[in-house]
Amino acid sequence: MDVRDVAHLARMHITAEEATLFQSQLEHILDHVRDLGELDLDGVEPTAHAVAVQNVFRVDEARPGLPHAQVMANAPQARNGLFMVPRILE
Amino acid sequence: MSGANPYKVSIGLETHVQLKTRSKIWCACPNTFGSDPNTDVCPICLGYPGSMPVLNAEAVKLTVMAGLLLGCRINHYSKFDRKSYFYPDMPKNYQISQYDQPLCTGGSVPIEVDGKPKVIRIHRIHLEEDVAKNNHFETASGVDFNRAGTPLMEIVSEPDIASADEAFAFLQALKQMLVYGGITDGNLEQGNIRCDINCSVRPDTQTTLGTKTEIKNMNTFKGVHRSLTYEIKRQIEVCEQGGKIMQETRRWDDARGVTTAMRSKEYAHDYRYFPEPDLMPVVLDDAQIDEWRTALPEMPQARRTRFITDFGLPAYDADVLVADKPIADFFEATLAAGASPKAASNWVMTELLRMLGEQEWSVSEARITPTMLADILRLLDEGKINNPAAKTIFSVCFTEGGDPRAIMEARGLAQVSDEGALDRWVQAAITANPKSVADYQAGKKAALQFLMGQVMRASQGKANPPKVMQALKAQLDG
Amino acid sequence: MHAQLPTVATLPQLLANGQTTTRSVVDTLSAAIESRNPVLNAYLSWDGAEAARWAQEVDAQSVANRPLLAGVPIGIKDVLNVQGQPCGCASLILEKYVSPYDATAVARLRQAGALPFGRLNMDEFAMGSSNENSAYGPARNPWNAGYVTGGSSGGSAAAVAGGMAVAALGTDTGGSIRQPAAFCGCVGLKPSYGRVSRYGLTAFASSLDQIGPLTQSVEDAAILLQVIAGHDPLDSTSLDRPVPDYRAALSGDLAGMRLGLPREYFTDGVDPQVTWAVRAAIEECRKLGAEIVDVDLPHTRYAVATYYIIATAEASANLARFDGVRYGARESGQDPIDSYGRTRARYFGPEVKRRIILGTFVLSSGYYDAYYLRAQKVRTLIRRDFEAAFQQCDALLAPVAPTTAYPLGERVDDPLQMYLGDIFTVTANLAGICGLSVPCGFSDNGLPVGLQVLGPAFREETILRVGHAYEQATDWHHGLPPVCAEDGGQ
Repeated sequence: MDVRDVAHLARMHITAEEATLFQSQLEHILDHVRDLGELDLDGVEPTAHAVAVQNVFRVDEARPGLPHAQVMANAPQARNGLFMVPRILE
Repeated sequence: MSGANPYKVSIGLETHVQLKTRSKIWCACPNTFGSDPNTDVCPICLGYPGSMPVLNAEAVKLTVMAGLLLGCRINHYSKFDRKSYFYPDMPKNYQISQYDQPLCTGGSVPIEVDGKPKVIRIHRIHLEEDVAKNNHFETASGVDFNRAGTPLMEIVSEPDIASADEAFAFLQALKQMLVYGGITDGNLEQGNIRCDINCSVRPDTQTTLGTKTEIKNMNTFKGVHRSLTYEIKRQIEVCEQGGKIMQETRRWDDARGVTTAMRSKEYAHDYRYFPEPDLMPVVLDDAQIDEWRTALPEMPQARRTRFITDFGLPAYDADVLVADKPIADFFEATLAAGASPKAASNWVMTELLRMLGEQEWSVSEARITPTMLADILRLLDEGKINNPAAKTIFSVCFTEGGDPRAIMEARGLAQVSDEGALDRWVQAAITANPKSVADYQAGKKAALQFLMGQVMRASQGKANPPKVMQALKAQLDG
Repeated sequence: MHAQLPTVATLPQLLANGQTTTRSVVDTLSAAIESRNPVLNAYLSWDGAEAARWAQEVDAQSVANRPLLAGVPIGIKDVLNVQGQPCGCASLILEKYVSPYDATAVARLRQAGALPFGRLNMDEFAMGSSNENSAYGPARNPWNAGYVTGGSSGGSAAAVAGGMAVAALGTDTGGSIRQPAAFCGCVGLKPSYGRVSRYGLTAFASSLDQIGPLTQSVEDAAILLQVIAGHDPLDSTSLDRPVPDYRAALSGDLAGMRLGLPREYFTDGVDPQVTWAVRAAIEECRKLGAEIVDVDLPHTRYAVATYYIIATAEASANLARFDGVRYGARESGQDPIDSYGRTRARYFGPEVKRRIILGTFVLSSGYYDAYYLRAQKVRTLIRRDFEAAFQQCDALLAPVAPTTAYPLGERVDDPLQMYLGDIFTVTANLAGICGLSVPCGFSDNGLPVGLQVLGPAFREETILRVGHAYEQATDWHHGLPPVCAEDGGQ
């Protein structure tokens, strides 16, 4: 694992200091995690949910959302009812 | 391109279709277009901390019905996954989509180009959420989350499409089927259907596909056609010059008519798909799938046959009418309001389509209703108005709406059949045009038409033409 | 002298008899917080004035036909959304966020007449086992303020044990209710996955998180569970199953019950003082009529690795939304991605960053099968271990953690050491079963020890019955921590 690459994938700048610290800590943790390699897992189904339920739906009915002013009150930066971000380049 | 083209073209389309539901896919916010920015939003579609998605049953039903229309295999077990990537239009910075177990697999769309039929195979159809809309300004961008969470169905085709024309035909055919199926409104101008294009070329002798480029976010069929025409030519030129096609994402510049490479991503995408823990799998049994199959609406082919056999329409009329579902619906509703099939068909095919074309409107934008058209046809049938008057009333109804009879009265468009009035106009025409009268009596039948025109003009178009003809003949032949 | 706070179970009677008023309870509560919070740092914020107004309203109403929690203020962990209040998850990144909605559990407390009161300290985004990962400093243990409370619901545990809350809600992803309850000497219940709606709980690991009560008694835990449990159409993972009468299950004895001791939970790695206290508790249960049997949970040694892969993977996606676009703190940048990078760098704490990196890595291309998929499969084995064990017994008895609370700062530099302390609690989350922590004694240095009772999924009534019978037969829960005794003696 290269902590810098992974941090970039997670869109999180890290300092050189953090990179060094996390690198050693996480490698230590991954060493422990590698114990899972001992197990023979052939034919074992993965568990994605703690409960086995299926077909949970909602009925297609519309209701008004939040008041606009309340939505924008949490916005770090807003203009003309839009959430503003630095210019997106394509 | 000539038939002796030494290059083969392979195009695959990923078509995103917004589903026609009342509410969004995970929350009850209205699925509407055109509201003020950030007014159809809630903690769920804004990705607020603690909010959770609940799957809209109708979105599943519509996707499965689309699969049935396209002859897909409906998977009895399907699930949702998180697809991670950071972008301001993505409220959670992951999109809930379906990775390895989509709702539908396989299927096909029949197309016809230059009279040649072809089948484009479908790879899969999956259900996901639409993202927000970015608005770009000079120094910043602004995000409107109203669209975020709109149910979106992605139809992935196999790379069976071999030309820009075929791509266009595929999209047309797909849209027609989906609109007919009630799956989507199919409004391109509202972004109901958008697609990403994968395109590659290879020498005719090569069996494996060439390196593909991706053109993202196309929202008109014309644009797809133009961008593909350009891109195919570009790729062939690169090959001809011994160059190499780069696997890259390109953007269609509609104004310049070219595709350009997008700012190369410093990082290859790593979507880190994993099963969505907040949503449970969808398990469909045959009974459920059959129930939806039974509920499938009539498709264009079946409707065409019915128009011919039940209403006695010529094949040509039937083709024109069924091509666009809202038009066919308008036609049938006009019949239901009492009009005769042939008359309704004529008026829809000529007046309605012409005026829609002039305005670049969809039927729903015109004010005229099937009932109005039926009323106009009834007035015509009863001899209350003549044809020109009917067109005037139609035109008023088209742009403003209203009761045809009231329009007729308000504008004095009622046909005059009163013999006293007719006789006065006829007498005046004869008196004023002795030469024409002489010509007629000398055997020049065309002169009668001229006199007829004079009477109609004098009556400001309101005279009943057969009666005018009758009166003229009576006077002249007298 | 500060009066002691009543329990949830006794309060209605006290109010009905006129022995106390809600206003008086709120005043006691406020006074306790004023005097002890500067030391214990259990509350990040609270609004005593609003609580007093609410209390007056409640007191003005008739005492007849009141709902279950009428007049009860309940402390709320900072991870749960309460309309109009901050929900900062003890993180700087959500410092300015004001929630527009109630979590379902909170809404149910309100419907039952309770007041969601204050914001309780926690590890940032519930990531931690000591509360030292709070952006606002650790909560401190009421029994010794130099020691950790445990975590992540450390503020909830410290508030209840320290006489600063009648009861509280916490959340448990890998032991975050049970372990701080054990460290601080109160009762903590992690319900089965799907028993309580997670709607409005800021997700750490969605397939493991559950909301549960931290209380002064097992009966109080039963009452609170009664209120918050049940199907919620807003949470697709909440099960539509009837909610039994939990209080009615508290029979006071263990006659006819068979209780299992998982061998893997009684190893050399456990602090002898913890083992001693838990062994004594097991003896007590035997006296109360239970049959004690040994069982095996053979995959226990893989649980921590499995847990930290699954939990961090889910967390890496769950925390991706904190980007400074729609809410929360933001740093500007030359483009959105740069802004995200700076925002997340500046406002996430080190443990959160570590876990996001680990979780991102185990899901990344080329590593998914070796880490995430593998962990999901081991999760299946761990679930099966419990299914087999519950064939042989009604519930399991075990320590909550291998040690008692440790001094602040002792483990902050060794994350793996910290993670390994979760060995006895993460298993219940992986298996989706329920677990209860009940005080069962003290170590030589005066720190509480917790007895863990684990039960099959959706058998909360069973573990509550066990915990209650044990509690009634002992008086560990009557002990008053020094912080209460000190200002109590003024």
